[in-house]
Amino acid sequence: MGITLYVLAFAVLLAGLYAVVAKKNIIKIIVGVLILDYAVNMMLVLVGYRSIDGQAGQAPILPGGAETGALAKSAVDPLPQAMVLTSIVIGLGLTALMVAMAIRLYEKYGTFDMNEIRRLRG
Amino acid sequence: MEPLVPLLVAVPLGVAFAVVLLAHVRGLRRLTGLLAVAAVVANLAISLVLIGGPTINTFVGGWGDGRTLGIQMVCDGLAKLMLVTINLVAAVSIVYAGAYMRRFTKVWLFESLFLLMTGAMNGVVLAGDLFNMFVFLEVAAIASYALVGFGCEAEELEAAFKYLILGTVGSALILLGITILYSLTGNLNMAMVSQGLAVVGRTSPAVLLAAAMLLAGLSLKAAMVPFHAWLPDAHPSAPAPISAMLSGVLIKASGVYALARVVFSVLGPSPQYATVLMVLGAASMVIGVFLAIGQWDFKRLLAYHSISQMGYVVLALGAAAAVMSRSDPDRTVAGLCLFGGLFHLFNHAAFKSLLFLSSGCIEQQAGTRLLKEMGGLSRRMPITSFCCRIGALSIAGVPPFNGFFSKLIIIISLFLAGYPVLAGVAVLVALMTLLSFIKVQRYALEGEPTKTAGAVEAPALMCIALVVLAVVCVAGGLAAIPLRDHLFAPAGDALMNASGSLTAGVTP
Repeated sequence: MGITLYVLAFAVLLAGLYAVVAKKNIIKIIVGVLILDYAVNMMLVLVGYRSIDGQAGQAPILPGGAETGALAKSAVDPLPQAMVLTSIVIGLGLTALMVAMAIRLYEKYGTFDMNEIRRLRG
Repeated sequence: MEPLVPLLVAVPLGVAFAVVLLAHVRGLRRLTGLLAVAAVVANLAISLVLIGGPTINTFVGGWGDGRTLGIQMVCDGLAKLMLVTINLVAAVSIVYAGAYMRRFTKVWLFESLFLLMTGAMNGVVLAGDLFNMFVFLEVAAIASYALVGFGCEAEELEAAFKYLILGTVGSALILLGITILYSLTGNLNMAMVSQGLAVVGRTSPAVLLAAAMLLAGLSLKAAMVPFHAWLPDAHPSAPAPISAMLSGVLIKASGVYALARVVFSVLGPSPQYATVLMVLGAASMVIGVFLAIGQWDFKRLLAYHSISQMGYVVLALGAAAAVMSRSDPDRTVAGLCLFGGLFHLFNHAAFKSLLFLSSGCIEQQAGTRLLKEMGGLSRRMPITSFCCRIGALSIAGVPPFNGFFSKLIIIISLFLAGYPVLAGVAVLVALMTLLSFIKVQRYALEGEPTKTAGAVEAPALMCIALVVLAVVCVAGGLAAIPLRDHLFAPAGDALMNASGSLTAGVTP
């Protein structure tokens, strides 16, 4: 499990990074950033997963009347799930900002091509 | 004093929200500026009161005292130094903005974003766990992306978009590093992660991967060469008070401070990390100044100097880490390296924000940012020119201003730490900096007025802001010894004690 997790997350991460570095269209760059973000989110969720004696871990939700101790033994780690929620919300804010800026850039330059959006030099 | 610590984050965030509400109430819109100034000045007062007190560990969230489940806020020596720096520059910038921002519409939007950024930076330096640090880094970063593009002109949007993309990539790398550390230690609290890493082994491949991710992400935030491409576009494009905040404190709070905290308190100083920091620092120092010297846009020139000057700080921190990672660490030399680095960090905040604010005065009154079009401003704008000259002499390292002492201490400590070549390079870069600011003096302040003949002195509020920072620049040089005893020595000790100051009062 261990090493596959890292390889999977890194493959997705590199795909996102490739889009950010190599693509010239603003929208494609934004999509690249989103892929990058989601690679990290996926890594976070996968890190929290654990299987107990070959059995898949439970969702960390306490059913009514159940023992906390028993759940703690069989559930996956809830903390990364809380973290990933925060990270997704931050990602949402960033996406909104990126798209808003892309629209304003289009209004000013009339293009989504980064090669033509080059007034700053030096 | 413990209840004061969470206020440093809560007050600016709360007032940022209140400002937006007030702006929509008829007749109260004029009050937003006063409210914002009051919030930032209150923060400055709190951070000044906290100096000299003991290390305060506050546990927010009602999980019980000493439980690391909740949000831990650490107010140790280093955090206190950063709080004073951040809130001093923020207070001066928001007063200055009162006069400068009149040419923009929707100033309340600016005030709200400004407060968000200030509060989030206070949060970054107070955070006792890695994930909270990341969240506050993001809040500060998102506010700063919007502020860079505040004018909504074509160039400003272009710079803001570039900054936004690179900043987001940096944040993703930081979060990835934090994730790997969490998977190794099962903890997010900095002190507990540090203890957990001692069990895992500090040189295991996974730890090194996490360190690489964190160092790359934080260097992007600190604009170290080769991660610097966004800074010379983003910092000059922002309105002048925001340029002062970005160059003055944001790259320090979310870049250099976080780097220092992660390397010294979480990962533990080791030869590898020390080498990375020193290479980044030396490269930024040299390349930054070479790029700066050819610039004719005043604000762009200042932005390149920010890269170069932050190189000094990171180089000094790297030298300290190298000394600390030796088998028999010489704490006096490491302490001197840290004193030099942190002193220069504080001084850079003072003189770089002074220079950016005076560039804003010149831009507003003379209508140009190009040095070749200025000239004769020392007669037209005496106060601005005088303050600008003090800032230029400070950054160039002329005695008795503060920049001279911090550069001198960094150079001496590099010699003592056993890096004479790097000390020589630091001297050379100081000379180049002097040369480039002689150019500023020659073209902007001296000579015959050409296109700027109609320029008059800036409004009083803007001049007051400049004078306050100029006084800090002079006083920082003259009062170096008392400042070291009360501000910089505790900050250096906090870094040298590894995670010691983070664990006080923690029950695992």
